[in-house]
Amino acid sequence: MTQIARLHIHRASPDSETRVETFDVPFEDGYSLLDGLRWIRATSDATLAVRYSCINANACKECMMELDGDVVYACTARLRPGDMHVAPLRKKALIQDLVTEIAPSDERLAP
Amino acid sequence: MIRLQSDVLVIGAGAAGMYAAIAAARKGCSVHLIDRSLIGRGGATVMAQMTVAVALGSACPDLAQAHLADTLAAGRGLCDEGLSQLLCEKGPERIRELDEWGVGWARKDGRITQAHAPGHDRARCVYVDFLNTGPAVSRTMRTQLIRIDGIRRIGDVVVTDIAVQDGAAVGAVGVHLGSGEAVTLEAASTIIATGGLTRLYRRNSASLNMGGDGYAMALRAGAELIDMEFVQFFPIGHLAPRLIGMDPIMWDPFRYKLGGRLLNAQGEEFAERYGQNEAGTYALTRDVATYAIFKEVEAGRGSPAGGAYLSFTHVPAAQLREAFGPVIDRLAKNGIDLTTTPVEVAPIAHYHMGGIRVDAAMQTCVPGLFAAGEAVGGANGANRLSGNALTEAFVFGERAGATAAGNAEGRGRPVWRDTTAQPELALLDRGNRTSVPLNTAALVVELQALMADKVGPFRTGPRLLEAARGLDALEQQMGSRPPPGSAHYDMVLMDWLDLRNMLLVARTVVLAALARTESRGAHQREDFPEPLAEWELNQVFSFKERKLALRQRRAAAPVGGVAA
Repeated sequence: MTQIARLHIHRASPDSETRVETFDVPFEDGYSLLDGLRWIRATSDATLAVRYSCINANACKECMMELDGDVVYACTARLRPGDMHVAPLRKKALIQDLVTEIAPSDERLAP
Repeated sequence: MIRLQSDVLVIGAGAAGMYAAIAAARKGCSVHLIDRSLIGRGGATVMAQMTVAVALGSACPDLAQAHLADTLAAGRGLCDEGLSQLLCEKGPERIRELDEWGVGWARKDGRITQAHAPGHDRARCVYVDFLNTGPAVSRTMRTQLIRIDGIRRIGDVVVTDIAVQDGAAVGAVGVHLGSGEAVTLEAASTIIATGGLTRLYRRNSASLNMGGDGYAMALRAGAELIDMEFVQFFPIGHLAPRLIGMDPIMWDPFRYKLGGRLLNAQGEEFAERYGQNEAGTYALTRDVATYAIFKEVEAGRGSPAGGAYLSFTHVPAAQLREAFGPVIDRLAKNGIDLTTTPVEVAPIAHYHMGGIRVDAAMQTCVPGLFAAGEAVGGANGANRLSGNALTEAFVFGERAGATAAGNAEGRGRPVWRDTTAQPELALLDRGNRTSVPLNTAALVVELQALMADKVGPFRTGPRLLEAARGLDALEQQMGSRPPPGSAHYDMVLMDWLDLRNMLLVARTVVLAALARTESRGAHQREDFPEPLAEWELNQVFSFKERKLALRQRRAAAPVGGVAA
């Protein structure tokens, strides 16, 4: 049965104020937060920045973010009906929207 | 603009790229190992839950020649035998080296365990329990990278084009995701280790970055692609119910270990009707299993989500627990109880046999440009033997790194001119964007649907022509300059650059599939259902004056041989 998750997503650049944008995401039982974020990109706003690689397997460990204040992997956190607050990791430097600097320091290209 | 210089540039940090970096650094080269994702986390390797085929002779006596015979048989007459031979002969050396590095191959009584996977004549496949082969390999190789001097690892850089000067590769250009800055990566030797193209398909077992970008870069740089029509579909990819936190191809080893039953909607075991008798054992090769499931669905005997059932309900709970280990708890979190309920499975795009054409030293026809791993075409012909993908990544990676080091030593660092890679860098210039917003993510989804619906494992001339028209339309929509995006971590730009590559690569798959009017291995033409002796040919693409050219050549003829 299709249900609706209301995602309130924190969006910002390092040099801009955070704004919260809200998206209603239809989903079936078992769908992940990452499924929802990818749906938003493909249907309404492709500029939403989110870091992920393996999509589903929880192997790459790249899609860490905060859901309702808790650190989660977006690929294993489930969508649920009602309000969900999605934000970047607060203890990591912000790159864009939900993307933070999580690479080991010796694997970064200092710009 | 950020400028970086090294002896050897490796693009892609999966198993092939990491091995290449290690091999080049061992020979004293300075190496830049670049990935668009984080190092050792993106790509296919970290997701490989399965086994690695190698004639180690640990479980039972074995010879590289026997592994080669199975590889060539699976390849249906199209393998580049030099590459297949290299894979089989050097496999044991690489597997032992990984063992010394502490990867943790599963052992019994002190001996490395080898499983008997389909298509092999004996127990030949090593693995790390439970479903941890890929993650263990990635972790182990990453540790080695850090131990060796001379390797600089850089993530979050998307390489967009190979830089060519006077007909030779002199490095590459790309964009740093965090800052949005263009990057030049200047190098005497450049190795493409970017994996395959399975992201072209709606349902795939790949990560985000497997969109064939290395193939497209190689073509634009003047290299050739071979066997592009052969996309391997993994027959029993997970379909339903929604399963998260697991690789969709996870079922295979359990089906093998426990004799999982493949059933249609009427509860019948149907595989034997399609030319292979399972006889209670698990021996169905991938192409036959894929065919069997598609045909059952077509005949109206599919499962509700459009696949087949995979059932373990006949296996006692204790035996399931022993075989699945902690995986059984992860399944429970997804609401899956195998003792009572079958899951639904269906073929899923898994691997690409084709790729960049190289010789046995991993050299392309462009001086200074090399390839390794799944990015290389030819070793697996028309159908890959299970377990050969990681072996190929290790062996070809090591070989490419060693060859690239030799080339760098002989050639010295190239000097970039002001004109080097100028059109390629102009594409990344922020001032070069259109002002019209475009949902690039939607276009990627559209492309994946087109490829899945028209260019899956079962093809017809009319459907392939529709696919070609669909690709034309998508190319029109994406335009010749990127649309506006964000200043940092610009996913619109990434999608657009990916689409540019995916469309070019999709076209090679479609054109090669149209030309091949027969059925062989992973390429099945419903309008030409039989394999034909006159098609024991490899198809080779080159790209000149922005146009694809396709020619056929006798299978396994040496590089530089006559066209058939």
